[in-house]
Amino acid sequence: MPSVRPYLAAFRARFQLMLQYRAAALAGFATQCWWGAIRIMVFAAFYGVHAAAAPISLADAVTYVWLGQALLALLPWVADPEIGQAVRTGGVGYDRLRPLDAYGYWYVRTLGWMLARALPRAVLMMLAAGIVLPLVGLGAWAWRPPSGMAAALLFLPAFVLMTALGAAVLTLANIVVAASLNERGVNAVLTPLVIVFSGSLLPLDFFPDALRPFLHVQPFAGLVDIPFRIYFADLGGGAALQGLALQAGWTVVLVGLGRLAMERMMRRLEMQGG
Amino acid sequence: MNAFALYGRYVAASLRAQAQYPAATLMLTVGHCAATAIEILGVFALFDRFGPVGGWSFGEAALFYALVNIAFSLADLLTRGFEVFGTDFVRTGAFDRVLLRPRAAALQLAGHEVRLSRLGRLLQGFAVLILASSLVPITWDAAAVATAVWAVAGGVALFVGILVLQATLAFWTVESLEIVNVLTYGGVQAAQYPLNIYAAWFRRLLTFGIPLACVAYYPVVAILKRPDPLGAPDWLLPLAPIAGFAFLALSFLAWRAGVARYESTGS
Repeated sequence: MPSVRPYLAAFRARFQLMLQYRAAALAGFATQCWWGAIRIMVFAAFYGVHAAAAPISLADAVTYVWLGQALLALLPWVADPEIGQAVRTGGVGYDRLRPLDAYGYWYVRTLGWMLARALPRAVLMMLAAGIVLPLVGLGAWAWRPPSGMAAALLFLPAFVLMTALGAAVLTLANIVVAASLNERGVNAVLTPLVIVFSGSLLPLDFFPDALRPFLHVQPFAGLVDIPFRIYFADLGGGAALQGLALQAGWTVVLVGLGRLAMERMMRRLEMQGG
Repeated sequence: MNAFALYGRYVAASLRAQAQYPAATLMLTVGHCAATAIEILGVFALFDRFGPVGGWSFGEAALFYALVNIAFSLADLLTRGFEVFGTDFVRTGAFDRVLLRPRAAALQLAGHEVRLSRLGRLLQGFAVLILASSLVPITWDAAAVATAVWAVAGGVALFVGILVLQATLAFWTVESLEIVNVLTYGGVQAAQYPLNIYAAWFRRLLTFGIPLACVAYYPVVAILKRPDPLGAPDWLLPLAPIAGFAFLALSFLAWRAGVARYESTGS
């Protein structure tokens, strides 16, 4: 078993670097507040005409929106821009020389990138939507705490798994970027797939009922829909455990695929730049 | 050479550059089309589950969606230079070079880079427009077509105005402020649902602050030949898009003030 220290160091370096972009975090936060507000107003309008048709309550839908906006940066919807650059400039050659597992190294760097962008935004969003909104009398539109102790305890592993799954999806996307030398094509496919099938666009149960059997087992459900429904106890007990298992299972599958793809890509990699 | 011919040259140069990579351009266009078209899926799913909202069916809502997306895609084609103005022109000092040329700076920026991939949004906008026309009986007589074209023109003017304001801010911030995306992409997001489903403060913001409702909601109500559920008089509806042009004019006033105080970054 090789030491984990170099991986921890790579994670920490990326995490601390990304935390420096304070203006970007503030801009992201403001954008996400606006986006969340529009989403919530749209939900409120539809709930106003026919609330009985909804699979979850309006309060849960509001929490779903805020949680989704807070953790948007954990969603693997664009490939890491540094990878495309490293491949085009030849910088990826250094990664080839490191006495480390190449997949593990990319995975922890991706994880650091995602978490560092998500963390400040999540904290700001929690303050704004979870604390300020109830204080100014808009409690009905606020981000609520988890529905009970069991939900909170189950959400912890769900959050860890959604992050691990997101990093696995993104690392796989990064490998395809490295093989195709440009991130734009990958993003063109990845973005709509992830936004729709994760439940980021709408909670998956809002789509026509006939699609449910498929929507609930595909890998992207573990990124948003499953963990968030665990948070407000829409998935509890056995169903929650099943959701966690699905998240874990897809993470293992995608990490396995990523390792295979990494090996193949690195063998065929041609150095660019000079 | 007059301004139009010069602009034509800029566009032609831009298109020739993209024609060097036909496959990449095509794929980027398809990708942009797919990435922007997912929103209509969300709109459809909500209407499918809940039924009509605010008195509007899915087909009618699709008309709001289509016109605002068509307007934004055209504005997006025209304004790349303004979008990257802070990062690529002010910070690098490239704007000094633009000012040295005996042509309007705004014209040069408008011709900076015309990205064909942006037609992806236009395509899906038109597809949704056709879908809307097949779902609800819209009589596309001369008046309705003229109102639609006029609304799109007003919408283009409004979105261009927002991007000119974003560029103007860069004279002070030396960066392209991405926060303006709230008004562009966020504006499209807001305007693709009928206005009367929103809370009153938000309706006022979208009518009198950033007049998105004037270029999307009111003219579409006129095209559908419905009385406005919010009570705006019928004669006003087709006139509303003029607010987009007023916004553009104000943006250019701010832009000229910005250019006048520009001192170069010295890079």
